[in-house]
Amino acid sequence: MNAPLPQDTAATAPLAFTGKARVALNDPRLRANFRRAMDGLMSKRAAQFADADEWRTLRARGAEARARALAKLPDLLERLERRCAENAITVHWAETTGQANAIVLDLLTAAGAKTVIKGKSMVSEEMHLNAHLAAHGITAIESDLGEYIIQLAGEAPSHIVMPCIHKNKAEIAALFAEHIPGQPYTENVDDLTGAARNALRGAFAAADAGISGVNFAVAETGTLVLIENEGNGRLSTTLPPLHIAVTGIEKVLEFLDDVPPLLSLLPRSATGQPITTYVNMISGPRRPGEKDGPQAVHLVLLDNGRSRVYDDPQLRDTLRCIRCAACLNHCPVYTRVGGHSYSFTYPGPIGKILSPQLEGLDCAGDQPHASSLCGACAEVCPVEIPIPDLLVRLRGEAISPTSRAVKGGGSARSLGDRLGRRLSTAILGQPRLYGLISRLAGRIGDRLPSWLPGLNRWTRVRSKPAFARRSLHALARERGYADE
Amino acid sequence: MSRDVPEKPASVYFFATCLVDLFYPEAGLAGMTLLERQGIRVIFPPGQTCCGQPMRNNGWLDEARAIARQQIKTFPKPIPIVVPSGSCAGMMHRHYPELFAGQPDEAEARAFAARVYELTWFLVHVCKLSLTDGGPPVTVAFHASCHSQREMGVRGEPESLLAGLSNVTLAKLERPNECCGFGGAFSVRQPEISAAMVADKIDDLSKSGASEVLSGDCGCLMNIKGALEKAGRPQKARHIAEFLVERGR
Ligand code: SF4
Repeated sequence: MNAPLPQDTAATAPLAFTGKARVALNDPRLRANFRRAMDGLMSKRAAQFADADEWRTLRARGAEARARALAKLPDLLERLERRCAENAITVHWAETTGQANAIVLDLLTAAGAKTVIKGKSMVSEEMHLNAHLAAHGITAIESDLGEYIIQLAGEAPSHIVMPCIHKNKAEIAALFAEHIPGQPYTENVDDLTGAARNALRGAFAAADAGISGVNFAVAETGTLVLIENEGNGRLSTTLPPLHIAVTGIEKVLEFLDDVPPLLSLLPRSATGQPITTYVNMISGPRRPGEKDGPQAVHLVLLDNGRSRVYDDPQLRDTLRCIRCAACLNHCPVYTRVGGHSYSFTYPGPIGKILSPQLEGLDCAGDQPHASSLCGACAEVCPVEIPIPDLLVRLRGEAISPTSRAVKGGGSARSLGDRLGRRLSTAILGQPRLYGLISRLAGRIGDRLPSWLPGLNRWTRVRSKPAFARRSLHALARERGYADE
Repeated sequence: MSRDVPEKPASVYFFATCLVDLFYPEAGLAGMTLLERQGIRVIFPPGQTCCGQPMRNNGWLDEARAIARQQIKTFPKPIPIVVPSGSCAGMMHRHYPELFAGQPDEAEARAFAARVYELTWFLVHVCKLSLTDGGPPVTVAFHASCHSQREMGVRGEPESLLAGLSNVTLAKLERPNECCGFGGAFSVRQPEISAAMVADKIDDLSKSGASEVLSGDCGCLMNIKGALEKAGRPQKARHIAEFLVERGR
């Protein structure tokens, strides 16, 4: 196959959400692709959780397991390291993505690796690992079909679970015809998957190392749990002589018994599958007498701002996330603008709370505002993350004069903001003044000037609202309601 | 979410919300009339202004608290506070306790929050309201607001009130639970996305065959009504309380 050029997908333009969203909104094909996909995913999930009681019970167990693991995070991480060591899995700690990239590169260089086969990993996207490896002469090939497709296209994932959900069959057919030697244009799905399979087979066999993500790392047993549907994750972690797993420090679970409820919640929330085709439990390299498996397994634990998130008891809930993407699938904003509008690795509702915390409110401060706070995300989150409350918290941190909890806190303070605060408290906190304003509003009626900031945006697609001639306060007084 | 249903009280407070007060007083009057017809005395404290939700949504938590304090002291008696808006009710019922967590007046805020009810929920569960239809045949759609559903647990109460009216047909929406795109400041901060959302909403409403759309939230209504008018669609939009007062006996 043509080795595609790995691309650095780093966010180059901060605060770019609105502009990117505008482009997406004006792309009818993209909008249709997302709408169709999200509608399908929503109904599949709903069918899985048709029994409300079962959903409530299971969800409470999942949330409890994640909350408990986070409450003991430092201890569990140490325990994980010990158990892994006993299983001959070497654990590495990385505070920054730069350090994580360096660790992976060192391991690959020491092993003399030139080509790497990768399973799907959002943390490796967060690290921009492929670009880093390419800069050092190492080719990393994505083996998850969706990731493979977007790698051919030179794009970043637009969804956490289904990275190329933004493309339809025809777009994929064109990509394959262009990039896979000897592949004619066809929209036959079997032929397309067959072509990818053929191209990837050689890559699996030739790879010097495999890199994967981790869904859950079990502290009790030192087990890395990896779920997937295509068998590519299993191949990437067993075929090459070296396996490097990368994950955020938050993915720890205390007990092996915590895995089953989460394994039931994750795929059902994500794709509406009762369980994934493959559930890999990796507990170390190949042992004497075993027929397959790598000779060495390494686990890279990435912090990249997570310990700071951990430090705040409210924001810590962010780290419960099991990356099922149900919040994306149900988000009316995500559905309309797609994942690439968000500029950061994690799109959608979880991204809106995670990106500002990892990258800083100074560069991702627009993310928490890309929400109508409708609450669809929190309603479906299988681990009960109160996403809308955290969005509000982050909006507050961005303008707080004393914010220290979040990187870049206070960076969005402005004169307009201060004036708005003063004015609203003065008017709404004092009934007399409010009464005066409301009488004034009655006089204005529908004669507010259309150029007023805010109103001019509102009226682009809506008629101008008119103040009632007489407020309810006045009418209620007249009718004797206001008698207390 | 399920909450205990209190005994039908002799009197209630009515919290109108600033939007109802300034833009849709007829919705407020209708809500109060419905309660009165149930034999309940309605008290409208003149000191009320706004629940403080716009401030909270901006992240102005100190300001939201200041305004919340003003409301809390305006409704001192231990009687229910009925709100013709799921969104503002959600702010007071769900977010006041969080807003005051660890503050000296936390207990007071909690006690206040526990007394807050959304109008249609209150009519169904507390008043056991059932109406006889006094109007001609009509097909209406109901827009369920995000916060009434998710913060107040209003799920199906407005629809059941409408279903009780013999000449009213409830139109089926393709995506009844999806946000209309208002979200307060969201509609101004992200006008294009909000516009796309409300465009889809009015398409859904138009396709449903309804001649009128009702809602229990004036924020959503201002958005949907404005979009219907601007797009020149024939559907009317108004608060469900007005509709119920007009038809039901
Ligand atoms: S925030 Fe919740 S719904 Fe969203 S990806 Fe994480 S676990 Fe899934």
